[in-house]
Amino acid sequence: MAEQKKIKVVISKVGLDGHDRGAKVISSLLKEAGMEVVYLGLYQMPEDIIRAAIDEDADVIGVSCLSNQHFVFVPKIIDEMKKNGLDDVLFIVGGVISPEDFPTLKEMGVDEIFVAGSLTKPIVEYIRSHIRR
Amino acid sequence: MGNVGDRAQLREIIEKTIQKIFAGDRRTAGRLITGLEDREEWCKEVMKRLYPRAGHAMTIGLTGAGGSGKSSLLNHLIQRFRQMGKSLGVIAVDPSSPFSGGAFLGDRIRIQHHTRDDGVFIRSMASRGYLGGLARATTEVLHVMEAMGFETIMVETLGAGQDEIDIIRLVQTCLLVITPSMGDEIQALKAGIMEIGDIFVLNKSDLDGATKAIRSIEAALSLKPFNKGEWRPRIVSTVAASGEGIDDLMEGILAHQDYVHNNDAMERAAFQRVEQEVGLIFRDELERVIFKGLNGSGEKRRYIQSIIDGKSDPYKVVEEIMETFLKKR
Repeated sequence: MAEQKKIKVVISKVGLDGHDRGAKVISSLLKEAGMEVVYLGLYQMPEDIIRAAIDEDADVIGVSCLSNQHFVFVPKIIDEMKKNGLDDVLFIVGGVISPEDFPTLKEMGVDEIFVAGSLTKPIVEYIRSHIRR
Repeated sequence: MGNVGDRAQLREIIEKTIQKIFAGDRRTAGRLITGLEDREEWCKEVMKRLYPRAGHAMTIGLTGAGGSGKSSLLNHLIQRFRQMGKSLGVIAVDPSSPFSGGAFLGDRIRIQHHTRDDGVFIRSMASRGYLGGLARATTEVLHVMEAMGFETIMVETLGAGQDEIDIIRLVQTCLLVITPSMGDEIQALKAGIMEIGDIFVLNKSDLDGATKAIRSIEAALSLKPFNKGEWRPRIVSTVAASGEGIDDLMEGILAHQDYVHNNDAMERAAFQRVEQEVGLIFRDELERVIFKGLNGSGEKRRYIQSIIDGKSDPYKVVEEIMETFLKKR
C-alpha cells in the first residue's frame, strides 16, 4: 500500500553568512507541518545545495540569505537548477531582502520570497499548493 | 493502471529507471529512493531487476545514542575511504515526528567535505515510524546504491537506545559509538545494543570518564564466551572533533572486513540480511493484500468497530480474516 507522499525540503544558508536562526525556525516549522526537511547548515555554495537537492530528491529548495548577496547567489542557483533539470523543484528565498528586489528575483526564476517577519502559515500553504509533482 | 497504454508506459519508466541506475544516474536514483520510501508499486519491479547486483559492496554501519558523534565520525571515514580510492554510498537515518509525521534531517551538516564529490552519494532518510533504528526502505536503498556501482556503503542509524539493532542484520561491520558518559559496567552488561558492536568506538574520549568506560566494556566482554577464531570486538578511542584515533578506527574496520571475508561470517551475515529482508517484504505484502480488500469493502472499519463495541477481540478478528483470506486462495 503506497504511503502518503511526503514533501521533501532542502533548507540551506548560502555563502559567508552566519545568521542561521531563521533557517532553523523555518526548518522546524516545516517539520511540524509534516514535511521532511534536510537541513544543510551554514556556508553552502550553490553547487552544494543543488547536489543535495538531487541526491535527496527535494520538492523544494529553500535558501536563506541575510548578507545582501542574493544577486550573487540566486542567479548561480537558478543556473545550476536549469543545468541539472530541476525545473520541477520549487525555489524559495528567505531572509533580509528589499521588496524592490522582488520583481527582479522572480524574473530570474525565484518562485517566492519570504522575508524576515513572514507568518508561518502562508509559507506552509504556499508550499503545499505550489508543489510541482 | 487499468488500460494497456498505461501499462506500456509504466514498463517504459521501469526499464529507463533500471538502465539509468546501472549507469549511476543520481537524479534517477534520488527519485527511485523516494518511490521506495513511499512504497510505490512500480519500484518493486525495479528492485527485482536490481537485486542480482546487490550484496557485493563493503557495508559498514554506525549506531549509538543521539549526539555520540556518529555523523562526525562518518565524515572522517568517508575521507579515508575516498583516499583509498573507494566510491561511497551513505545512508543517514533520522527520526520522524510521531505527531506531525515530519522530520528534521540534520546529518548532512556534519558531512561537509564531500558534498560535491561525484564518488559520494549521500541520502538522508526519515524513519517514518519504523522501529529498529532504520527506515523501512533502508535495505532497498542500500541495494540501489550497490546497483549504481558504489563500492563501500555506510549506514548511520538514528540515535539508538538499547534495542534498535536491525543494523546488525544489514551490514557486515557494525560500529557502536559510545561516549564516556554511557553509564557504568551494568550498562555494558545489558543485552541489546551493547552486543552488536564489532568495534566499540569510544568517541569524545578526551572527556572525563573515558578510562572507566573502556574498563566497563572490557569487563563486560571478558565475561562473554568466544569460540576459537571468533572475532573479539575491539575498543577504539576517538575524538571526532579533532580526528584523533581515526587511523586506529580505520585499521579496526579493515581488520574486521578481513575477518568477515576469510570466515563463514560473510555467509552468515548474508543469511541474516536476506532472512530479515524476506520477512519484511512478506509482512508488507500480507498486510497489503489482505487490507487492500478489507479497506475497499469497509470491512476493516466494521472489524475495528466490533472490537471497540466489545462484540469481538483482536485475536478473533485476525483469525477470522486469515481464515477467509486463505479460503479465497
